[in-house]
Amino acid sequence: MIWKEILIRYGELSTKGKNKMDFIRRLRENIRYSTADLGHLTIRTEHDRMFIALDNEEMKDALVERLQHVFGIQSFSPVAACGKDIEEMKQLAKDVMKQYEDQTYTFKVEVKRTDKKFPLESHALQRVIGATVLSTYPNLKAQMRKPQIEMRVEVRMDAVYIMAQVIQGAGGMPIGSNGRSVLMLSGGIDSPVAGYLMMKRGVRLDAVHFFSPPYTSDNSLEKVKDLAKELTKFGANVRLHVILFTEIQLQIKEDVPENMSMTATRRMMLRAVDKVREDINALAIVTGESLGQVASQTLDSLTAINDVTTTPILRPLIAYDKLDIIDIAQQIGTYETSIRPYEDCCTIFTPANPKTKPKVEKVAHYEERSDYEVLLDRAVKNREIYVYPEKKKVEDKFADLL
Amino acid sequence: MIYFDNSATTQPLPDVLQAFVTINERYYANPSSIHERGVEANALLTRAREQIATLIQTEASRVIFTSGGTESNNLAIFGVTASTQHIGKHVITTAIEHPSVGEAMKRLEKEGYDITYLPVDAQGVVALNDVKQALRKDTVLVSIMHVNNEMGAVQPIEAFARLIHEESRAHFHVDAVQSYGKLPVHFNGDAGPDSIAISAHKIHALKGTGLIAFRKQPMLTAQIVGGGQEFGKRSGTVAVAQNVVFAKAMRIAFDEREQHFANYLKWRHHIVATLLQLPDVKVISTKQGAPHIITFSVAHLRGEILVNALQDKGLIVSTSSACSSKQQQTSHVITALAIEPAYREGVVRMSLGALTTEQQVMEATAILRAVITTIKGASL
Repeated sequence: MIWKEILIRYGELSTKGKNKMDFIRRLRENIRYSTADLGHLTIRTEHDRMFIALDNEEMKDALVERLQHVFGIQSFSPVAACGKDIEEMKQLAKDVMKQYEDQTYTFKVEVKRTDKKFPLESHALQRVIGATVLSTYPNLKAQMRKPQIEMRVEVRMDAVYIMAQVIQGAGGMPIGSNGRSVLMLSGGIDSPVAGYLMMKRGVRLDAVHFFSPPYTSDNSLEKVKDLAKELTKFGANVRLHVILFTEIQLQIKEDVPENMSMTATRRMMLRAVDKVREDINALAIVTGESLGQVASQTLDSLTAINDVTTTPILRPLIAYDKLDIIDIAQQIGTYETSIRPYEDCCTIFTPANPKTKPKVEKVAHYEERSDYEVLLDRAVKNREIYVYPEKKKVEDKFADLL
Repeated sequence: MIYFDNSATTQPLPDVLQAFVTINERYYANPSSIHERGVEANALLTRAREQIATLIQTEASRVIFTSGGTESNNLAIFGVTASTQHIGKHVITTAIEHPSVGEAMKRLEKEGYDITYLPVDAQGVVALNDVKQALRKDTVLVSIMHVNNEMGAVQPIEAFARLIHEESRAHFHVDAVQSYGKLPVHFNGDAGPDSIAISAHKIHALKGTGLIAFRKQPMLTAQIVGGGQEFGKRSGTVAVAQNVVFAKAMRIAFDEREQHFANYLKWRHHIVATLLQLPDVKVISTKQGAPHIITFSVAHLRGEILVNALQDKGLIVSTSSACSSKQQQTSHVITALAIEPAYREGVVRMSLGALTTEQQVMEATAILRAVITTIKGASL
């Protein structure tokens, strides 16, 4: 195998001054975490880049796939290596560029010579290697200014290193570098996207889901679990807290006029989430709300709902169009799961004409008819917690049949 | 009894039958139902679909289960032409297709389509240049079989696919009913066909099951409408157990393909060498053909007489193809190959399968030798 290591370029964390070591450490941990099943990796960190040693071809392919999802990586490149011999270098240059042989790309060769004792100086090397590649792959064209492919050759003390491919990373910041927040995960299209955007900003997530059997089915819960699992592929585990909400929803139906029940329901959900947040020492609450999308997401509604807490509520999608949200959902692979046709707790008990401008005082007045604090405390205390990715793989009952 | 009629149908594998029973006991629910049992059946069906998609290199949402090879070919031909009427009404096929393609073409002709039937050479192969010449601006579909069911000729599908994709917008459908499990059958990116038809009972799974798979999201008008199953392309309650064991048989066939292929080559060589020593025998299948099909003819002898004589000695073979063998006319494939008149009546096909053993091959050649020598001796 020609591949020696993968070079990782950090994202914006390069600019973070004294917190940098912490960020690099988190990125390294997150990479280890999302590649745990591949065995122990040898990772070497420098101030502006990181190297992962490669043992075999499969490992390279697996890493190329995984690293694209890990936040905090701006881009990365597989690096090939050979001995400090000009014939070996020519051959390696050809091997590295082979993947572009059918395409018409412009390219140039950059040479860096750390080992000044190497007989050929940089410009000469550049010419020799460039000529070799050009004569081997007639589709490629040399271009010094802004080429599509920049082939980098480094003559270091121990060996010669060559790379050409630059794979875009997910950008953002390593998860965990910006604290922990609680995501309200409904099972729709928006909330996983909101979670994704916050994870990209380095936030570690716990998800909360409200489950109202028998009005919502096990299928809808399965769907939310699948969404929580999908969020783990960005390089961190996700805890899912499932709160049984039937009792509270029925009580609201009893106490609050139909056109305000939706606002009251949201307020109760937010109070419950805030209790979970306090319990796990998280800082903020994340929602998938987008301004004006539905009755509960008008500015008046948001104000009435927000009234129950002073905890910061982060709404990364507040100014997004639905179509833009769908685009992201498709890119991150949560869309297909989100559109599975099961009722969630937001779509049942929906009043025909919900108020788009609810008054806080009025809603609060109706809420005084029962002791919701007790109901909420009990629901939060009895919540079920699932951790993803699951430690052990569930036994495959279909394996024998296929 | 030696069963050498595997191109007509195959014996289901014991594993296949066992899984079929288990699935019917445990996962009999309708996969479209929303209750727990239905969801579970659907999960199993999805796994089968994904397994198949991986084997033939496409996506699960592009695999449509049908009732078999005939329906798959019909769906490709009528479904693609119905959704491309506005583009053109020219279709290309060959003179040696299975009737599920040939008869469909005749119907299209009645509906006003212009059909080009490409000829084959003495080996049963279509010339690349003929495909090139036949392609027109209004060509919407090219349908070519991979392996011929009557004499095993193999068409250069990859070369055709490349040419068709380069020079036209036509949909390229491949009838792979006789080739899956014998030759590599997959989409292979841009070098592959647009759709592939595969039948379950030809690869040791069950009858009444088949599939059509697509390289890209298909432009296809459903031919059976109803509950909208199979992504709306083929309605009807989905046969979960049949399709799951189909996926299983496809996996087994895929895993064992190379090993079987090597055996078929060796065994064909042995059988053909024996046949060539016998009087008045002409071997019609060729060295370049698929090695599991050996077709030959004995001069001035009706095929069914030979089939019956061999059966008396315990060797099951068939006249050219099971589908057409009950009809009293020369097969269109034999006509297309321009076989001399003396050999047209007596065409017999032997087809090997995954359960064929070396001992069976040895016994079969002994029976062939004895029976043909006796018949020809008697008639002299």
